Parts: sequence; C-alpha cells; structure tokens
Amino acid sequence: MELSGWGRYPRHSSNVVSPGSPRELAMLQRHIPTYVARGNGRSYGDAGIGAGVTLDMRRFDRMKGFDETSALLTVEAGVLLADLIDRFLPRGFFPAVVPGTRFVTIGGMIAADVHGKNHHWVGGFGDHVEALKLMFPSGQTVRCSRDENSDLFKATIGGMGLTGTIVEATIQLIKVETGWMRQNTVRAESILSAVQLLTANEGASYAVAWVDCLSKGNALGRSLVYLGEHVSLDALQERNPGAPIYPNTRRRGIAVPLDAPGFLLNRHSIRAFNALRYGRARTKDELVTWQSYFFPLDGLDQWNRLYGRRGFLQYQFVLPHQTASRVLPEIMGEIATTEDPSFLAVLKTLGKGGGQLSFPMSGVTLALDFPVSDSIFSLLDRLDRLVVEGGGRLYLAKDARQRPETFEAGYPNLSIFRQQRRAIGAEGRLASMLSKRIAV
Amino acid sequence: MTTQPGTALIIGGTSDIGRATALVYADHGWKVILTARNDEEGLREVNHLLIASQAKAELCRLDILDTESFGPFINSLGTLPNTVVCVVGMLPTQSRAVADTAYASLSLRTNFEGPAILLGMLADRFEKRGTGTIVGVSSIAGNRGRASNYVYGSAKAGLTAFLSGLRGRLWHSGVRVVTVMPGFVRTRMTDGMKLSPFLTAEPEQVAEAIYEAAESRHRDIIYVRRSWRLVMGVIAAMPEGVFKRVRF
Repeated sequence: MELSGWGRYPRHSSNVVSPGSPRELAMLQRHIPTYVARGNGRSYGDAGIGAGVTLDMRRFDRMKGFDETSALLTVEAGVLLADLIDRFLPRGFFPAVVPGTRFVTIGGMIAADVHGKNHHWVGGFGDHVEALKLMFPSGQTVRCSRDENSDLFKATIGGMGLTGTIVEATIQLIKVETGWMRQNTVRAESILSAVQLLTANEGASYAVAWVDCLSKGNALGRSLVYLGEHVSLDALQERNPGAPIYPNTRRRGIAVPLDAPGFLLNRHSIRAFNALRYGRARTKDELVTWQSYFFPLDGLDQWNRLYGRRGFLQYQFVLPHQTASRVLPEIMGEIATTEDPSFLAVLKTLGKGGGQLSFPMSGVTLALDFPVSDSIFSLLDRLDRLVVEGGGRLYLAKDARQRPETFEAGYPNLSIFRQQRRAIGAEGRLASMLSKRIAV
Repeated sequence: MTTQPGTALIIGGTSDIGRATALVYADHGWKVILTARNDEEGLREVNHLLIASQAKAELCRLDILDTESFGPFINSLGTLPNTVVCVVGMLPTQSRAVADTAYASLSLRTNFEGPAILLGMLADRFEKRGTGTIVGVSSIAGNRGRASNYVYGSAKAGLTAFLSGLRGRLWHSGVRVVTVMPGFVRTRMTDGMKLSPFLTAEPEQVAEAIYEAAESRHRDIIYVRRSWRLVMGVIAAMPEGVFKRVRF
C-alpha cells in the first residue's frame, strides 16, 4: 500500500505487515528480505516507510511492569505515549521527556531519540531509557542498556530503527504533583534576542520559542518565549483552587475532515495570523493544562491535512552555539525573501545528544514547516549549505529530502554506526526509504 | 443504577474486543478473569491489566472447542463471577468454508457450539444463585443469511437465538442476558477489509457499549453503531424473492 509520514510527502509503496506477538515478529523478520519497523507514523518524512516491507508495531501495545518506588516502567514498543500518560498521570507520574505530540509510540520515540522543551537540562528521551529489547533480522533478541551491549544501545537510541526492531523498553518516569504547568510568556524582538532569552533561562524546566518568520525589517524573527514548570499541589490550590489535580485526559480533539485547499496557507494568511499572535501576546504568567502546554496541536486531529494534498516538509536543523548567532539571521533572511511561507517556526536550545545518530548537539535548533511546492526544494538546498557550513545537522525524524552529503557532514559517528549495523547483520536487511535515500 | 464492581469473566480475552472489554471492567474497579487458549498471549494481557489498570486479574486456560473441559473449568473458578462476557468468534473465509467441511465445522463450533454450551452451563449456575449477567457477542451477520458469509452468519444466528431463548428462560430468576451486535469493528478479524466508517466501531467503543448495556443501562439487545439498526431493518424487510438475488 501507499505509505507516507506525517508530512504526507514523500509517498512510497510498501507492504505493511502487523505482527501480533514476539514469536510472529521473529518469524516474519527471518523471512522478509528488507524491512523497517514503524510506530504510529508520526515521523514526518520517509523514516517509517520500509524499503520492501514495513512492520507495523502498533499491536505491541501492552504494559509489562512498573515499580512505584523507582518509577521505572516497562512497556512493549508499540505502546502509545498518549496511553502511557492516560494511565500514569492520574497516578502522579509523567514521562521525563515528551515530543510535541503524544500520538507516538515508545519505540518510535527511542528510534528518533525525540527531544522535548527540556532537552537543555535533561537530554533526550533516550537518556531516560534504562534498557531495551532489540530483535535482530535473524529473529534473535538481545537486551541492551548502558552496561550491557552498550555500543548497540547507543546506536539504537536515535538509530531510526536501523539496528534492529525495538520490541520492549524500560523507561524512567518522573513524579509530578499535578497535571498543570506554569507558563511564562516573554516577548523577544528578534531571533537572536530569543536565543539569548532561552540561554539565560536554562534554569527553567521547559523553554521554547515561537518565531515569526514573515514579519519585515526590524521585526524579522520576533519571538514569543514560553517558559514552563510543573505546578506543585500547593501552588495549584493557591492559584487555582478547586481545579482538578489532573485535568482531563480525554484523547481526541476536533478532526480536520478534508484536505484543505492548497491556497489556504499562504504568506498573507500566515502573516496575518502571526501578527495577531504576536500582537496579542503580553508578558504573562499563567497556569495551563499539560495538554495545552505540551501538545497544543493534538487538539486538532489530522492537522497535517491543513497543508493540502501535496503535503508539507518539516525542516529542523541544529547549529552549535558558536555559529548560531551568525548563521541563524542568514537563514531567516533566506526564508523571508522566498514565496514559501513557514507556518510554524519553533526555536529552542539543545544539550548534548545521547546516541550515535541522535539529532541534538549543544546548540540552537529551529524547526520550520513548509507546504510542498515546486520552489521549496531549492530553498531548502540553500539552507542545507548554510547549516553544513555552520557545523550543524538536520533531524532525521523530520527529514524527507536531504542529500547523503548533508547527512554525512552532520553525523560524525556515522562510520561507527555502520560498523554496528554490519555486526548484527542489519546491512541490506534493515532499510527504510530514509536509509536508502541518505545512504546509511 | 450502576452495578457494584464484582468479578467479570471474559471468555476470549485475547481478542481485540475481549482485551478492550477486560480493560473497561478493570477500570471500573472489577476483578477480571480472562480466558485464553494460549498461555503466553493470555499472560501478556493479564499483565497489562495489572500494570495499566492496577486491577485484580487472573488467567484461565480454556479452549472453546473443548466442551468436555467446561465443567471442570467452571468448578475451578472457585466463586462464580457476577458477569460473564463471551467474545469468542472466528470469521471464516466463505469460499473455503463452502469447500472444506472440517473448516466449516471449526467455524460453526467456534461461533456457536462452544459459546452456547459454555454460556448455558454458566446460566444454570447463575440461575441457582439467583443473580448474574450473561453477555454474548453475536453478529448482525446472523440476522439474515447472505450468500457471501452464511457459514459464519448461520452460526451467529444460532447464538443470537440461543441468547434470546436463554433471556426468556431466566427472566424471572434475576439473571440477565445481553446480546451485543457490534457491526463492523476494526480488529484483527477485519484487517485488510474495506469498512464503511459510518458502520464501523473501534474495539474500545464496543467494550464501552458492553459495559453500559450490562452494568448500567440494563439493555437486552444492543447495536453498537445505531446506524446498523436502520440497515438491518431494511435487510429484514426485503422479500426473500428479492433478497436471494442481491449479492452482498
């Protein structure tokens, strides 16, 4: 069947198989020539599309063990983050790291080593994985952790499913007293002052900035910086007496029923939206629910359809601190001059990455959304050159179009990663459309 | 009035609807006993209930084709459950079921003989006790035999009739019988089939509907998606002379 990532570009045909048990998975893997595992299909590009066969892991959705004292939870790889939160937030636990949507699987989160708004001080999701069970193409299962098969463990964190199929993982949860977040909003007049604000606020638990890429002149790159903290029970009762401690964990929001016409998101509509958003924002300090703080877009089911039939591209890069202040304005300048508007632009600082192919590095990351158009690809090629020249790299979970050279330049551990793949017999057997495209 | 949490026995607890039903009961504070043919699969499920729902959950091995084992199985339960939900079923490939008698027999026994005999035996125990709820998951395929799936449909028709009779027999004894018509459900059974979104339910919706019908609203027969009532009304109203010519 035709398969795509969340960005709905590119689309490839792949045979989808949904194994229901470890036994079935082992048997399938031994017989299928080339494949890759897929979670809930929320990577944006072609990472979750198997070259040949795609193993849909969503039937591996059982929870296996939980220790109240250590807050270590063991789950099968296809468990949805949404289900994990539904089950554990009312008991006072929250994942240590969450990405921008909760409709991802735990296996997918590990494979992409997803980061959250707290990467600057807690690292990526992979840094909170205690151990995992990995199945090789031979059907053999091994356990790996920081002490056991540690090289393989590091290759698998952020390894995009290319070092074996993640079957099970033990992850560290954190204790929280409420499901509320205290959010401070601060305005920044330019992207560089937003970077400064983020760096100055590295003591904040969570920090992220929304950037306006379409304003002109001095207002170019004006931003809203959002700082967040988990709210204690005392603080909740003081500021919002009578509020439910764990506000609703209902899962579904409103759905986008149809593909929006391609012209809906254009530079005029987006500029108007951005002006409204920035203009209305005041420096403020408020309590918001965990859902609206961490997963604002989850309220709109299938929001990817807003970009129309052709789909959209996410472009997320990271630059080391030393080059960021020089390269970021150049990139903003490139974007502002093009006809291709970016609807969403999210800026944050990152710490060191945990795995061999983990995206994060100590520096600044910017994520941009572009509807697919004829002219977008040459713009992104120009941005690639700026990123590579600045010593940065692109996020594989979002990528749908970078060239092998860009990838190779950004990921210095690639040769160790390739050795790991050879050692477990993954070469030629474990392949996604992403790994083929960028020649992993 | 909602029933006080008790013990629910889920027959066929590793099916998609069975799993979802077990979780709904567990989330309402019930103790859940799951039956499964395969220990490994059953344990995976019971473990999930323990971790996800912090429920009391147990596993019992049971093969719905092994009718001889039903008596010892019921005795092994210790105390009788308050509610039993039977979600056992298999959807045979019609063409194979026509050509292969052993396969047809497997389908008839799995969809009708096993569930009917087991629920009948539990009904006797419930009747003696004077309380209990029996939920049978049947199918709209049993409302009228269609050329494309009558081997399956006829077994489900048998189950529907059995449940209907049982309900009448137990009406005065305080034991309730609920027949559930899920319609199309997105499960392993229907994997790869093209299903109309207006007529298709998720396993979780079926599970919620079962709980509601059995424990709070006390209904006799439920169609999980209301739209099916209309469709089945039309199908039932067709004269046989017309119906036999329709291919669906």
